[in-house]
Amino acid sequence: MFRNNYDNDSVTFSPQGRIFQVEYALEAIKQGSAAVGLVSNTHAVLIALKRNAEELGSYQKKIIGIDTHLGVALAGLAPDARVLSNFMRQQSMSSRFLYNRPVPVARVVNAIADKAQVNTQHYGRRPYGVGLLVAGVDETGPHLWEFQPSGMVLEYRGAAIGARSQSAKTYLERNYESFGDATREELVLHGLTALRDTLAQDKELTTANVSLAIVGKDEKFKLYDGDEVAEWLEKLGNTQSSRGSRGAAAAPPAPEAAAPAGDSMDVDA
Amino acid sequence: MNHLPEAWGRPRDDIYGAYDHQYVSASNPNQHTTSPVVTGTSVVALKYNGGVVIAADNLASYGSLARFTNVERLKQVGSHTVVGASGDVSDMQFLFDEQLEQLIISEEYQNDGHHLRAKHIYSYLSRVMYHRRSKFNPLWNVLLVAGWDDGKPFLASTDLLGTTFSGPALASGFGAHLAIPLLRRVCPDEAAVANITREQAISVIEECMKVLFYRDARSMNKYSMSIISGEGDKVEIEHRKDIQLKQQSWKFAESIRGYGAQVV
Repeated sequence: MFRNNYDNDSVTFSPQGRIFQVEYALEAIKQGSAAVGLVSNTHAVLIALKRNAEELGSYQKKIIGIDTHLGVALAGLAPDARVLSNFMRQQSMSSRFLYNRPVPVARVVNAIADKAQVNTQHYGRRPYGVGLLVAGVDETGPHLWEFQPSGMVLEYRGAAIGARSQSAKTYLERNYESFGDATREELVLHGLTALRDTLAQDKELTTANVSLAIVGKDEKFKLYDGDEVAEWLEKLGNTQSSRGSRGAAAAPPAPEAAAPAGDSMDVDA
Repeated sequence: MNHLPEAWGRPRDDIYGAYDHQYVSASNPNQHTTSPVVTGTSVVALKYNGGVVIAADNLASYGSLARFTNVERLKQVGSHTVVGASGDVSDMQFLFDEQLEQLIISEEYQNDGHHLRAKHIYSYLSRVMYHRRSKFNPLWNVLLVAGWDDGKPFLASTDLLGTTFSGPALASGFGAHLAIPLLRRVCPDEAAVANITREQAISVIEECMKVLFYRDARSMNKYSMSIISGEGDKVEIEHRKDIQLKQQSWKFAESIRGYGAQVV
């Protein structure tokens, strides 16, 4: 009856000037769990909330190391992020091999932006269904970029993508002025606080669901997972969601695992 | 034209006689460059405590004929680097005017604050050289890359095989035999660089160019010199062109025995 006739492919504009396939791709990012990134004058940090499809399953990987100076956090379709991160690794390798130079962050980000944009302009293709936060250090200092499947990339001092990321953005907007001079530790704690704000009611940050990566001018990119984040959660103190609780006893188990598990096309599993 | 494609593009039999298939024979292997044609001789370079001095003369020889006497064999690449080439001049022109020119244009076009410095350009050149030798079609050159990198002088060499090495004093071609001993008198090792001043380095290089002109029959008395000087992140490159050899003394020639007009 009221079928949308303008979302069959990414080459057709709607009469309002919209390309629905691209907008749907941007929606896919919001389906994924949140990821937060921040930069100081010396460091760049990525922090992400991992989800597991069911109690017995493992958690979906949220942060991917690209090189010793570079890494990405993802929200959306993990397989698409794999394609993009593999491409970034290739770019990184060829820069080292050909020029003996770690690839500049802005260059590799623009390279994936070009790749993504092409997909929005060809019949029979689809946009990537994933958003990335790219954190890295190069000769011009630490950088944080946000990548979107529309082919848009923007540089940020603090950014958040994924489910309920607006809450993290609000925190970042209120505090970004102190990021520049922040120490490594302060920066991570800012990130954890922002990520905590994205938690659903009655959820909390745990060593199982937090992924953290740090890269600095004199520090190689390193991903911290599991027990390695315990000390950071301790420093954070309160790991509970600040959303008004209806009381743990009364709260029914969240029916969020309704999506069929194990399907590779699932958003973040 | 006739109906036989294999006869196309060849002299017509009825006019020029039967085609001699030895000219283009499928049974012989293809051959690329197996020796250089128009050549440039030595490039010499020396690090000093605030940069590098590099020099090469302006001659391009056709065999033993001094064919072109106004050839520039030093090229500034980007803001931090000078490359000097000896060996085949057409391969040098390909590297300088096609490859390196394009490399710098595409790097600077991005306008993102990143620049290729000496070690990056050196890496790139060594990869190009090795790639070409792996295609059995080498660029017949020895290249010296001089520049300022990471607050330090940079000097390294690559050749037609893609061989790479660096040192505080380098010379290619005839200079590898004649100039290196002179350079090593003032600069025996990397540590000695700290005690060499700019003026000292320039005068040693001038001396080398003079000795090379005395003894290298493929050299000439006019040369170019580039002086790369740096401090921290700042780099300055001075190009001196058309330098004439001064204060030559051919006295030593009288004592040469063994060839030439004299009777021993």
